[in-house]
Amino acid sequence: MPKRKDIHKILIIGSGPIIIGQACEFDYSGAQACKVLRREGFEVVLVNSNPATIMTDPELADRTYIEPITPEIVEMVIRREKPDSLLPTLGGQTGLNTAVALAESGVLKKYGVKLLGANLRSIKKAEERDRFKKTIQDIGLEVPRSGYVHNWQEAKRVVEQIGFPAIIRPSYTLGGTGGNVAYNTEEYEKYIRWGLALSPHSQVLVEESVAGWKEYELEVMRDRKDNVVIVCSIENLDPMGIHTGDSITVAPAQTLTDKEYQIMREASLKIIRAIGVETGGSNIQFAVNPADGRLYVIEMNPRVSRSSALASKATGFAIAKIASLLAVGYTLDEIPNDITKKTPACFEPTIDYCVVKWPRFTFEKFPQTSPELTVQMKSVGEAMAIGRTFKEALQKAIRSLEIDRHALAAKHIDETVPPNQLKDKLRSHCWDKLWYVAEALRRKMPVDELFALTKIDPWFLNNIQDIVTLEAKLLAGKGTLPDARMMRAAKEYGFSDRYLASISNVTEPEFRKHRQSLGVNAVYKTVDTCGAEFEATTPYLYSTFETECEAAPTSRRKIIILGGGPNRIGQGIEFDYCCCHAAFALREIGVESIMVNCNPETVSTDYDTSDRLYFEPLTFEDVMNIVEKEKPDGVIVQFGGQTPLKLAVPLERAGVPIIGTSPDSIDRAENRERFNRLVVKLGLRQPESGTAMTYDETLNVAAKLGYPLLIRPSFVLGGRAMDIVYDEDGLRACVEEAIEVSGEHPILIDKFLDDATELDVDAISDGSRVVIGGIMEHIEEAGVHSGDSACSIPAVNIKKDVLEEIARQAKLLALELNVKGLINIQFAVKDDEVYILEVNPRASRTIPFVSKAIGVPLAKLAAKIMAGMSLDELGFTEEVRPDHYAVKEAVFPFLKFPGTDALLGPEMLSTGEVMGLSDDFGTAYAKSQIAAGNSLPVTGSVLFSIRDADKARAVPVARKLGAMGFKIIATKGTCIEFIRNNIPSEFALKMSEGRPNIVDAIINGQIDLIVNTTVGKQSITDSFAIRRNAVDRQIPYVTTIRGAEAVVKAIESLKAKKVRVKPIQLYYR
Amino acid sequence: MKAVLLLEDGTVFEGLGFGAKGCTCGEVVFNTSMTGYQEILTDPSYHEQIITMTYPLIGNTGTNPDDWESRKVFAAGFIVKENCPYPSNWRNQETLDAYLKANSVVGIEGIDTRRLVRHIRTQGAMRGILSSSELGIKKLTATLQDYPGLVGRDIVKDVTVAKPYEWTEGVLDVLTNTQDVPTPKYKVVAIDYGMKRNILRLLVSHGCEVVAVPAKASAKEILAHKPDGVFLSNGPGDPAAVTYAVETVKALLGKIPIFGICLGHQILSLALGGTTYKLKFGHRGANHPVKNLRTGKIEITSQNHGFCVDLDSFKGKDVELTHLNLNDNTCEGIRSDKLGAFAVQYHPEASPGPHDARYLFTDFTTLMAASKD
Repeated sequence: MPKRKDIHKILIIGSGPIIIGQACEFDYSGAQACKVLRREGFEVVLVNSNPATIMTDPELADRTYIEPITPEIVEMVIRREKPDSLLPTLGGQTGLNTAVALAESGVLKKYGVKLLGANLRSIKKAEERDRFKKTIQDIGLEVPRSGYVHNWQEAKRVVEQIGFPAIIRPSYTLGGTGGNVAYNTEEYEKYIRWGLALSPHSQVLVEESVAGWKEYELEVMRDRKDNVVIVCSIENLDPMGIHTGDSITVAPAQTLTDKEYQIMREASLKIIRAIGVETGGSNIQFAVNPADGRLYVIEMNPRVSRSSALASKATGFAIAKIASLLAVGYTLDEIPNDITKKTPACFEPTIDYCVVKWPRFTFEKFPQTSPELTVQMKSVGEAMAIGRTFKEALQKAIRSLEIDRHALAAKHIDETVPPNQLKDKLRSHCWDKLWYVAEALRRKMPVDELFALTKIDPWFLNNIQDIVTLEAKLLAGKGTLPDARMMRAAKEYGFSDRYLASISNVTEPEFRKHRQSLGVNAVYKTVDTCGAEFEATTPYLYSTFETECEAAPTSRRKIIILGGGPNRIGQGIEFDYCCCHAAFALREIGVESIMVNCNPETVSTDYDTSDRLYFEPLTFEDVMNIVEKEKPDGVIVQFGGQTPLKLAVPLERAGVPIIGTSPDSIDRAENRERFNRLVVKLGLRQPESGTAMTYDETLNVAAKLGYPLLIRPSFVLGGRAMDIVYDEDGLRACVEEAIEVSGEHPILIDKFLDDATELDVDAISDGSRVVIGGIMEHIEEAGVHSGDSACSIPAVNIKKDVLEEIARQAKLLALELNVKGLINIQFAVKDDEVYILEVNPRASRTIPFVSKAIGVPLAKLAAKIMAGMSLDELGFTEEVRPDHYAVKEAVFPFLKFPGTDALLGPEMLSTGEVMGLSDDFGTAYAKSQIAAGNSLPVTGSVLFSIRDADKARAVPVARKLGAMGFKIIATKGTCIEFIRNNIPSEFALKMSEGRPNIVDAIINGQIDLIVNTTVGKQSITDSFAIRRNAVDRQIPYVTTIRGAEAVVKAIESLKAKKVRVKPIQLYYR
Repeated sequence: MKAVLLLEDGTVFEGLGFGAKGCTCGEVVFNTSMTGYQEILTDPSYHEQIITMTYPLIGNTGTNPDDWESRKVFAAGFIVKENCPYPSNWRNQETLDAYLKANSVVGIEGIDTRRLVRHIRTQGAMRGILSSSELGIKKLTATLQDYPGLVGRDIVKDVTVAKPYEWTEGVLDVLTNTQDVPTPKYKVVAIDYGMKRNILRLLVSHGCEVVAVPAKASAKEILAHKPDGVFLSNGPGDPAAVTYAVETVKALLGKIPIFGICLGHQILSLALGGTTYKLKFGHRGANHPVKNLRTGKIEITSQNHGFCVDLDSFKGKDVELTHLNLNDNTCEGIRSDKLGAFAVQYHPEASPGPHDARYLFTDFTTLMAASKD
């Protein structure tokens, strides 16, 4: 069937900010959809609040609305654009939920908008647990026993039937938020109550636990002629009980015979038909009892998902792209297979390698929360590795994670862990369990026993046993270089040069030389969807150690772009955005682009993005292998964040042509002493500072500078282990960790500028000219990590001459550092004095935001500069000063991490960002808040608890809110201050003052907005309960007075109903 | 144990032997199915073929008594990237290595199988010798030179049965360990050119009483069973060389409903006046898209054939092309409504592979029902 004639204009809803459970995979799917649908001649309208996405680039859709994804706002877009259809299945759960809300409220009907892909009925069949259960049982398949509960009484009844352990799943929450496993009544009651509070409908599903069973996933595609194919099977290494997003997973399934696999395949076909997904991809999860093969259907996602992104990268079958084509009427046999070109997409990919996906966690950022893995997803990113064997892929995956672990080596855990504790670890669901598995195998624990403890299938355990056995042989030759046979064996098993070099006691480059002298070199194989049955036209490659190399480098002018690796807090989609733009830019100027990355969620690892894609870890070894094979004219390291930047010096030392700003310049900015000299040379100012290696040295520096102080380690991204201290107690509390994280480098101690305004500047330079991209004023004061602070373009409160001075200093720095490409500088302004806080001569996290605020693709321009063009040639010679406001707001994962304090500080904690655009600041800020999920109230009660230093500035805030009709409630000191200033204010007890207190009021739903500023450890601890309860109840809260001022402006705008929608294409005119 | 694979063009692969120690000649082919190696090994169509699995990790689920597709392992040799010595599956009873040893089949592992597959893809399927006993290339070359290959040879006679036999087992549900055996409504004679058991099981589960007969059974012998239909099975080698089978089918055409699979499809085609030719490297796997031209629907199919029916050879004849391979537009199924015969080139019985095309067995019973009326 050819494409439908009744569709002309399609609305696509994106997934919004990056959050745990919803990451770049939806940019990958959405960007593919936009591209392919426009190519097919459809008009595409896009709504997505996330500026760091490729899909929100103005070229990707006809009309791009960077607006909050709420039913109300999307309705405005529909009213304005009048699309005839809506594709709801590409924007994750957010996109799907929004589409469902619009369908249920009658908006779609009112405007004549058709749902493509899945209709409301089938979405509800898949999403509503009881309907899903019934549908599955009707087709003769089994689901775990379960029941819905709405209160504790019902919960008690249900668990009597189901027994322990019981799984608790709050309804209608994202990414399994609030999901838990309860092993006893006490835990059960706790989790039920938490779950009921989290669920928007106070509904929790209690489910029979199949913890310990094997977990599988199938990716299914269906077209409107009912052709169905399985794109990929995935087997989880971790058993049921751990969210699949947090599990190590392997493709294809490894331990199913054909008969069992076909049972699962048939079940999937039945399910997609019974649910009634008309066209597109779905993901179906199964649990299998390892003892007898009994099969339970766990869940189905009637949409493109994280797993489908993984399946696309694992097989080369572009699920989202094909789902989009199916949605507009094509059938599978009408769509060519992208990779072979000659065969159709109507087939089931077969792969001739093994794929391992390994999640990336950031528990170190949330020390108050338990690092135990459960049915609620906690990982913030993932790495994927491809090898010809599981062993090779597994070990490649480890080094892809970039957690400074390059093997399953014992040194990464406590090698002296006593046997009982080791067993506890093996029974637990800790994120680094495989290191304990390896250790248990080293201690000769039999695989059977290990299986009993871990429920990890013996097939995986035996493979790890192979690795451990070879490791023992290698360790037996400690201090000597392996011979050719041993070398080949080790490399075939995926051992990294880095680990092998450490065993041989030589440097990695020395080891590399030795390895190459033995003729043991990496070769590259193609991901081709078909196990080499047909010729592949797409150079999508991975390394292995075999005999034939398929890389076939061209003789074109070429540049390698090093990507950012797995998402983590501090390094996410923003850097992938920049890498993609580099690839697009190179394509535009006829230079071959070669992408290296190992993050399966991203657009950069779409084989369409670059001319050639190497799906490889970003380590010295793996990158050097590619460089030696490709012999590029240049390598770009400044777009992928800290990951490739760290490789700059070793690569340059190895003779690799690093293009753009030189590694020496990068070092001048990163190295504290050299940076100080630079600042002095240019006659600029920075806060007074010092460095220290020990606590005593730190004390000396503190005595010299005076408090407050900003303490941080060298060479980290995202403010890891950074802290602001106001006294010696605070100093003592944080120095140890900073010293540890800093390693051999000194910790940095700066005089902290209290109550200063922080500004971020992104600029671009070709070495002789510098153009300011944007000057962003942070909403939160200096001291909150720039990635966590809301910010505005243009600046709101800074005087014009100060802005000019900032621009002057930025240009001076860029020229002095001979920047070729991008530079990011952080300034603080206090009493109209400008201080330099930090200089990063590379692409920053804010590049996509700035690019979208001003309508200039800065990363693309920077890549062209690196390839030799000048700003003059590129026609970008003057700063764009928009007459609209663009506000970026950060989005946090606190809800996923119970017990974590939601206080902002110098260590970055946000996972994603949104952007609000409007002609006035208040509305732009209001939109950013709506988009970030902080639904600001327009009536109700505001609770104030304000530190002394802020009290004076809190007065006008309270006054304005009071004037707008809000009831003002305040704790003692604050209340007195308000009443003294004639602001009607109600007094409330602090927690330590008795009951009912402010926390009771929050829990009782009497508070609609919280303004709570604190200073020092004690008051932070006091107010912890306020913030935590606000997070759990999703009550908007502000922890800085500047934030409160912005909130007032936003509420004013909301009350005046000034929120309108407008596509970015119109802002740029 | 070292092992070596030598191809007729002189290409040599060195690896490690597993399974039986020995030396074996055959046509070197590859299969892209990621599951079902035990079924593949025991499929008689692989007689005199050395199979390369494109999926690198083979043996993960071991072997078991239920996954036999015939009475023995017919593959001449087995080539994998990594043979799994520690299978893990609740049905596993024996490692692949032990299984191949017990069935005297030579295996090789640790070679760059993707290189081998690409070589076959570009150069075509070719004769090869796999050995873990003799490793000298000169001697192996000489032995290989004496191996005649498949074209023009009747090797069905080597794999068929000597005497007719009855089959009563139905399709097994491994999860419940139950068989689907309805009361028979039709009597089917299945000509065993090297038949896979799952065909027999499916016939039984579709309500057929099944008698299998040797490949050389005459039309008269077949009709003496008073069947409602005749089934033509899969089998190995060059269909053009199995002239007796073609003659038998010619004699049956129009007299009784006929359903053929794989070699059976080729033999029916030859009987209908078509011709066959050898494909460059064949179709072997579980993911080939086939379009049913009557319904327009696509089936993902299990395939195993090196020879193919020439579409053009039916020009002007009263034969309908019913199924088309979407990868290379080759003939996957034909039908003559007038003569009450149909066949497919691929394997609707799967095992291994997807079950999308099982409706063909119902089509067969429908055809028999119609002719009974």
